[in-house]
Amino acid sequence: MTLLAVERIKLFSTRSPWWCMLLALGLTVGITAIIAANWTDSPMPVLGAVFTHTFGLYVVMVMAALAVTTEYRFGTIKSTFQAVPDRISPMVAKAVVVVLLSGLVGLASAFGSWGLSWVLAEDNSDLALTTANDWRHVAGVGLVYAAGALLALGVGALVRQTAGAVSIILVFALVVESVVGFIPNIGDDIQKWMPFTVASKFIFGDPDPSAIPNGAGPPAIGELSPWGSFGYFAGIALVIYIVSLVVVKRRDA
Amino acid sequence: MIEATGLTKHYGKTVAVDDLSFRVEPGRVTGFLGPNGAGKSTTMRMILGLDNPSGGRVTVKGRDYRSLREPLRVVGALLDAKWVHPNRSARAHLLWLARSNRIPAARVDEVLDMVGLTQVAKRRAGGFSLGMSQRLGIAGALLGDPEVLLFDEPVNGLDPEGILWIRQFMHRLAAEGRTVFVSSHLLSEMAQTAQDLIVIGRGKLIAQTSTEQFIADATEDTVRVRSPHLDRLRELLDGRARVAEAATPDGALVVHGVQPAFIGELAASNGITLHELSPQLGSLEEAFMQLTKESVEYHAAD
Repeated sequence: MTLLAVERIKLFSTRSPWWCMLLALGLTVGITAIIAANWTDSPMPVLGAVFTHTFGLYVVMVMAALAVTTEYRFGTIKSTFQAVPDRISPMVAKAVVVVLLSGLVGLASAFGSWGLSWVLAEDNSDLALTTANDWRHVAGVGLVYAAGALLALGVGALVRQTAGAVSIILVFALVVESVVGFIPNIGDDIQKWMPFTVASKFIFGDPDPSAIPNGAGPPAIGELSPWGSFGYFAGIALVIYIVSLVVVKRRDA
Repeated sequence: MIEATGLTKHYGKTVAVDDLSFRVEPGRVTGFLGPNGAGKSTTMRMILGLDNPSGGRVTVKGRDYRSLREPLRVVGALLDAKWVHPNRSARAHLLWLARSNRIPAARVDEVLDMVGLTQVAKRRAGGFSLGMSQRLGIAGALLGDPEVLLFDEPVNGLDPEGILWIRQFMHRLAAEGRTVFVSSHLLSEMAQTAQDLIVIGRGKLIAQTSTEQFIADATEDTVRVRSPHLDRLRELLDGRARVAEAATPDGALVVHGVQPAFIGELAASNGITLHELSPQLGSLEEAFMQLTKESVEYHAAD
């Protein structure tokens, strides 16, 4: 508990996490508002309210990576390990704080987007959260943000540099995952196992095809069930995070 | 007390610290002296468990640093005053440090007061001058009221007032019975701060002794001679003394490499009158250069 308080103080006594959280919320809710206001031809589906969750995901991952890399950048990681020399417990405490916070930001952005869509959409008859699938589309964003933050923490601790960690995360999520799809023959097979592609299947998976006009929503590709997809994404995040713990423990601080 | 035995650190092929053994005793300020790149900071990082030794071991009060519970209560250290998030306030910085070792928040205000930063405690540390950052670092080192204190080049870049303040502060800490270990590449600074010296060069131990003894041992014999027969004396010394230097403006001869007694006897046996025969205390930097000249990593081209 002591170390959780330490990491909480560290995170909230600088400004960048606040800006990241505001940006994550603003981007997702703001763009969803524009989508909702212009959704005129048909009733807006629940999925429509979370199309933009990936914007917030990237920002939250940047925030999580920064939580580690700024400690290396400014040398406070050395003070941290001086104060708690086993190294693992402060890193775990940091993960707990950052992952929880990211999950909350995910929930706030998803329910904020959904609520604003309810108000702005011309026809909100399909927006009610009635099925388990509906709840997963919206509340699942919190889980994806939490797992994404864990992944970013791992990358940040491995790379130790803000610029390096942020570019790896963004280039992978935004470029690599879509570019592999262009590889002839095997591209599609590789792409459907890419972590961020799989993560969006957890959010968008099993949609009622009639709910969204053709081409208006993102495709949900992948072999796994929606919950299996989340397990896969969270599993990758956990493995990278654990590898980073092992490396941090062994390496010179 | 800090004890190193056979401490060694390699970075790839570079040997930063080479089979280093020493002891730092409580109740005294011990200087850790060596040219830049001699391995002082690496050694201090190993003491604090931040770097893993490639060989050997270093203990604080008989224990590995990494086995200490709440280590800030045992060892306080200032390795780099810039190890602070620039957008965090001085108080918040100390607060998270204190919290990690269950040190009450009241102690944060106490140490801020000790180093004179109470007025600026809520300001962001990034805006601090070097002197203020150094004070904040010292406040962090003092948080747990530790018995052992480590300072790496604490006076680097400080103004004379700041230097004096830190020097007096370290003396006070040692007088309270604490172990104070402070590194520097300036012998003149150490001579005024440290009672004992551990001198290293290229990662190897050169000397562990009292500061006084170190300076006496390391300084080359230098004798000042005044005589109405300087020319004859110079002839006699030629070949016997290693160096017989040119006369100073006041008509004295400065002789290196021989004892005063030798010159006195030489003069007496040749019937030379001497007006002055005085041993000179060598400069400290000279003593230091003498001992470390073989072990400086980067030489300036002559």
